[in-house]
Amino acid sequence: MSNRVVNILVPIISIILGLIVGAIIMYASGYDPIAGYQALWQGIFGDMYSIGNTLRQITPYILAGLAVAFAFRTGLFNIGVEGQLIVGWFAAVWVGYTFELPAIIHLPLALLAAAVAGGFWAFIAGFLKAKLQVHEVIVTIMLNYTALYAVNGLIKYVSDGGYKTPTIHETASLRSDFLKDLTDFSTFHYGLIVALLMAFVMWFLLEKTTRGYELKAVGFNQHAAEYAGMSVKKNIILAMTISGMFAGLAGAMEGLGTFGKMSMMNAFTGVGFDGIAVALLGANTPLGVLFGASLFGSLKYGALNMPNAAGVPEEIVSIIIAVIVLFVASGYVIRLGLQKLAKKKEAK
Amino acid sequence: MEYVIEMLGIRKEFGGFVANDNITLQLEKGEIHALLGENGAGKSTLMNVLFGLYQPEQGEIRVKGKKVNITNPNIANNLGIGMVHQHFMLVENFTVTENIILGAEPTTMGYIKKKKAAEEIAALSKKYGLDVDPHAKIEDITVGMQQRVEILKTLYRGAEILIFDEPTASLTPQEITELIQIMKRLIAEGKSIILITHKLKEIMEVSDRVTVIRKGKGIGTVVTAETSPPQLAELMVGRQVEFTTVKTEATPGDVILQVQNIVVEDYRKVDKVKGLDLQVRSGEIVGIAGIDGNGQSELIEAITGLRKVKAGSISINGKEITNLKPRKITESSVGHIPQDRHKHGLVLDFSIGHNIVLQTYYQQPNSKNGIMNYKAVSKKANQIIEEFDVRTGDGEHTPARALSGGNQQKAIIGREIDRDPDLLIAALPTRGLDVGAIEFIHSRLIEQRDKGKAVLLISFELDEVMNVSDRIAVIYDGKIVDELDPKQTNEQELGLLMAGHSKKGAQA
Amino acid sequence: MMNKRKFGLALTSVLAAGALLGACGTNDKEEKGKDKDEPAKGAETTENGGDQFTLAMVTDVGGIDDKSFNQSAWEGVQAFGKDNGLSKGEGFDYLQSKSEADFDTNLNNLLRRDFDLIFGVGYIMADALGEVAEQNPNRNFVMIDSELDAPNVAAVLFKEQEGSFLAGVAAAKMTKTNKIGFVGGMDIPVINRFHAGFIAGAKAVNPDIEIQVNYTGAFDKADLGKLAANNMYSSGVDIIFHAAGGTGNGVFSEAKERKKKDADANIWVIGVDADQYDEGKVDDETNITLTSMLKGVDKAVIDLATKAKEGNFPGGEELVYGLKEEGVKLADSRGAIPEDVQKVIDEYTEKIANGEIEVPDNVSDKDKK
Repeated sequence: MSNRVVNILVPIISIILGLIVGAIIMYASGYDPIAGYQALWQGIFGDMYSIGNTLRQITPYILAGLAVAFAFRTGLFNIGVEGQLIVGWFAAVWVGYTFELPAIIHLPLALLAAAVAGGFWAFIAGFLKAKLQVHEVIVTIMLNYTALYAVNGLIKYVSDGGYKTPTIHETASLRSDFLKDLTDFSTFHYGLIVALLMAFVMWFLLEKTTRGYELKAVGFNQHAAEYAGMSVKKNIILAMTISGMFAGLAGAMEGLGTFGKMSMMNAFTGVGFDGIAVALLGANTPLGVLFGASLFGSLKYGALNMPNAAGVPEEIVSIIIAVIVLFVASGYVIRLGLQKLAKKKEAK
Repeated sequence: MEYVIEMLGIRKEFGGFVANDNITLQLEKGEIHALLGENGAGKSTLMNVLFGLYQPEQGEIRVKGKKVNITNPNIANNLGIGMVHQHFMLVENFTVTENIILGAEPTTMGYIKKKKAAEEIAALSKKYGLDVDPHAKIEDITVGMQQRVEILKTLYRGAEILIFDEPTASLTPQEITELIQIMKRLIAEGKSIILITHKLKEIMEVSDRVTVIRKGKGIGTVVTAETSPPQLAELMVGRQVEFTTVKTEATPGDVILQVQNIVVEDYRKVDKVKGLDLQVRSGEIVGIAGIDGNGQSELIEAITGLRKVKAGSISINGKEITNLKPRKITESSVGHIPQDRHKHGLVLDFSIGHNIVLQTYYQQPNSKNGIMNYKAVSKKANQIIEEFDVRTGDGEHTPARALSGGNQQKAIIGREIDRDPDLLIAALPTRGLDVGAIEFIHSRLIEQRDKGKAVLLISFELDEVMNVSDRIAVIYDGKIVDELDPKQTNEQELGLLMAGHSKKGAQA
Repeated sequence: MMNKRKFGLALTSVLAAGALLGACGTNDKEEKGKDKDEPAKGAETTENGGDQFTLAMVTDVGGIDDKSFNQSAWEGVQAFGKDNGLSKGEGFDYLQSKSEADFDTNLNNLLRRDFDLIFGVGYIMADALGEVAEQNPNRNFVMIDSELDAPNVAAVLFKEQEGSFLAGVAAAKMTKTNKIGFVGGMDIPVINRFHAGFIAGAKAVNPDIEIQVNYTGAFDKADLGKLAANNMYSSGVDIIFHAAGGTGNGVFSEAKERKKKDADANIWVIGVDADQYDEGKVDDETNITLTSMLKGVDKAVIDLATKAKEGNFPGGEELVYGLKEEGVKLADSRGAIPEDVQKVIDEYTEKIANGEIEVPDNVSDKDKK
C-alpha cells in the first residue's frame, strides 16, 4: 500500500471507526443511531443558520489551536490558553465599549488589545521559565485561575457590582447585518477572517522568517541552539508571548464577535483546553489546526442538535463526540493496522 | 566441529528496508567469534534477532544443533545466551548484587535472599578473575568495573554464550587489556563469545574467527590467524582503506589559541579545570589525551563560550574572548565539532539543510531583513553535502535524525570547515564511526592544518591522538600534566600519564 | 511521524466528501417540506402537538439536575405537561446549555420545533433571549430570574430577599452562640438579594447578632463550600444559610461531619431553592437541615404556562413572585423549628406579605466582608 493512500485512509478510517463506536453506544443505550447522526449532520450543515453557527464555533478553536500549536512547535506546553483567552476577551470588550472611534481604528485596536493582554499573560510564564526555570505548565495552570477570578473581579468593578460588562459599540464589533441576514440570524461574524489570517501569520513566521528558524531550533534542541549562538531565554519568552497573543485573539472572537460583552464566569470556557486537542489533531501545523478546529467545532456545535432532534441525552452525545475525537487522535494505531494488513497480503 | 549457535540465512526487514539479508553466523564452542561491520551494517539487528528482540522473516536459529524459536529475551536467557550491552543497564544507586539479581531475584516467601546471592556473585567473580566487590554501589565504581558487573549479570543467569556489544568503546587502554584477559579466561572456562566491534586491532588480538557483514549482507567468515587488518577492512568497507594517516611534517606558525591558567566549574559548581594552560598554533594539530572526566568537556565549553570561566583568560588571534557569548566566539573565527553531536551538534528534527546553516542562518545570503532565503540555504547545503560526501536519503530535505552517525558527523564537519575558522576544535570527532568515516575525517583535519589553521583535537582513543596530532597534551585532573611528541612516545607511557602517574613516578 | 502536509490533504478530502453528502441530504429534505428543517422527529412534533399547547425550556450552564432552579423549572414543565396530557419530546422538552454560546442555538432549535411557549432559565441568558425574541416577534417567551423588556417576553423575578428574611429570623432565633453565617456563590445581584434578606431578618429579631459572610466565587466548588463552613463553625457559628448551588453541598458535608463526631453539637444548615432536607440527613434520626428557602420556580412556570394556554400571556410584563404570591417560602422544618419560633416566623411572613415590612434587596459592600 503506498504511503499516499495510507495517509488519506487513516483519517477517514478514524472518523468512520469513531462513528461506528458512537453508533454502538447509542444503540446500546436505547437510541436510534441513524436519527442521532442525522441530527448531528443537520446540526452542522442543515441550513444557513447551522452553517453560520458552526463556523462561529470553529473560529475561536482555530485561534486556541494555533496558540497551543505554536507553543508546541517552539518546545513549550502552553496549557494556559484558557487564561490568556479570558484576559484577551476582557481587554477586547473593554476597548470595545470604552472608546468611541471609527470602526477602521476601533476594531483593530480592540483586537490588538486582546492580543497584547493575552500575550502579556503568557509572557509571565515565559519569563519565569527563562529566568528561574519554573516549568511553564505549572505557571500557566495557575495563571488560568488568576485570569478567571481577576477578570470576574474586573467585570464587577466596571459594571458597578453587576455581573456583565456593557455591550461593545458597533464600531468594535465583528458582527454584521450582512452575515446575520445571510445566515438567518446566526451569530456568525468576521472573526473567521482574523483566524484564517492568523493561521497564515503563524505559517509565515515559522516557515519563512529568521526568527521562526530560531524559535524552532530552540524548541527542538536548546543545547544545539545555545551552541549555535542563539539566546535560548529570549526565544522562550518570545515564543510564549506569541502563543499568548493567539490565545488573546481567541478571546476577542468571543468578546467582539459572538457575545459583544463579557459576563462573569463561574467556570472556564473550555475553549483553551480544547485547543490542545485541536493542535494535536492538526499535528501542530497551521493548516492542520484549521482542519482540527473544523472537526472539533463542527462536532461540538452539531452535537447540540442531537438532544434536540433525536432525543439523545447530552451525556451520551458527549461520549460519542469524545470517542470520535479519540479515534482521530489515535490515527497511529490505525496506521499500524493498515501496515500489518498490507504485510499479510504480501505474505500470501 | 560442534556449533553452539547457528544463525542460518537470517533475513530481517523493517518496512521495506532490509537490515539483514541472508546472513549466516556459526559460533563454535569455546571460541571468540568477532562480528565485524560498519555502523549500520546490521550487526545489532542480527544480535537482537538472536536475543529475541526481533523476529526474522527468513532463516533459522539453532542452539547446539537444535532448531529454536526465540520470541523474547527470556527464552534467550533460558537457552544460555547473555548480552553485555554497549550502554550499561545498571541502576546507579543500587549495589552490584542488587543490580545483578534485578529481574531474577532469588526469593523465599517474597523475601530476597540477598546475602546468599552476594556469596554466589563473589564466587563467580573469583572464578573468572573479575575482582568485583558485590557490595559496592554502581555509582562508586569505574566504567570498566561496571562492565564486569554486566558480565557477571549474564554469568549469574547461567549464560554459556556471551554477546559483547562494542565492549571497548568507553574503556581506557589499561581497562581494554584487562577486558581481553577476562574474555580469554571465560573461554578457558568453557564459555563462547560473540564480539561485536568495528575495531580491527581488537579483533586481531582476541578473536579466533571473524564474520564480516556489509550493508546488511553476509560477506563471509575468515579465520583470524589467516587474515590481516587491511584485508578485514577491505571486506568490511568494500574497498581499500588507508591505515596509517599520511601527513607531512607540521609547520607551526603564530599562536592562534592561547589559554592561560583557566579555572572552570562543572554543573555541580565543582572545579573541573584547575589552572590549565594551553597553546595551539596555526598549522598544527594539538591532541588532548586523557580519560573521560578529567576536564576535557569543561575546557571545550569554556573556549566556545558555553560555560563560564571562573578565572584565567582565553584569547584567539591575540583577541580576548573570555566569557564572551557563544555567537561572538563563533564570529571570532572558531569552529567547533562538539563531542555530543546529538545534543549540541544538530537539531535532529531539522532537515540536514537547516542544520547546515545553524550558526550562519542570520547572515546574508541565508537571511535578509528577517526573512529566510531558503534558496540560498539549500544551495549551501547541497554544496556541503556534495563536498563532504554526506549520504542522505532525500538530499538536503532529509531529517538529520535519519542520517547515520558518520554522515551526521560529516555534515557537522562540513559546516564547521566551510566557515573557514582559524581555530577548529574537534571533540571526539570519530566517536562511534567506522573505519571509512574515520579515515575521511582525519584527512579533513589534516587538510585544515595544512591550510594553516589551528586544530585542537580531543579524543579518548589513543590511536587517534597518536596518529593525527603533531603535539600531544595530556590532561589529568583539570590540568595539562605533560606535552609529548607523538613520534617519541608510546601507548604505555601515555596511558600511565593519563592515569595520573607522572613520568618520574612511573620510573620509580 | 505522519507527513503533515498529506494529513491536511486527507482531511480536506474528508470534508469535501462530507459537503457532497450534505448536498444530497438537503435535497432529500426539501421534498419533505420547505420550511421544516428538522429530521423526522421534529416534523412529527408539529403534527401531534399542532392543536395542543406545547412548551419547552432551555437551561443555563447549571444543567437540568442542579437541584436548584433549572431542576425546579423542569419539574414545573413536567407537571404542566402531565396535567395537560402532553408527552415528552413532542409536547414538552428541555435543552441543556454547556456554555453561554449554546443559548442562542438552543432557543432557536426549540423555536423551529414550534413550541408555543419557550422558557429561558437563569439571569445569564437574558441577552441571548432578548436577541432571539426580537428576531421572532410572533413567538412567546418567558425569562426566568432576570428582567427583560420585550413585548413578547414575560420576565419572572423572585423576591429572594423576602424568603431569606424568614431564614434570617429562624437562624437568629435558633442560634445559641449568637453567631450565624451566610455562604454565597458568586457576588452577583441575585445572590446579594438572598444575603440582604438574611441580614435584615436576623437583625430584626436580634440587632446584636454577628453574621459571618463568605462569597466563594463559584457555584460548583463543593470544596470551597466545605472550607467556608469549616471556618465558620470553628469560630463559633452554629447556623449557616447557603445560596451557593453545588458549592453549598460542601457546607452540608462539613456540617454532617461535625454532627457525626458530636451528636449534641448545635449545628444547622439552611438550604436554598429546593427543599434540601435529604441533603442534611446524618442518620435515620438526625438531620442538620433546619429548613430551606424555597424558590417556587415550578409554580411560576405552571402559572405562566396556564395563562398562556388560556390566551392571557402577560407579554412585556415583569412578574415578581414574593411571599404574597407564594413564590418564595420556607420549607417544612419537620419539627426542627419549635413552635414559638415558628410563630415569630409566621408573624413576619404576614407583615411582609401585607407590605408592612419592606425587605431590602441589596447589601452594602461593607456587609459582604
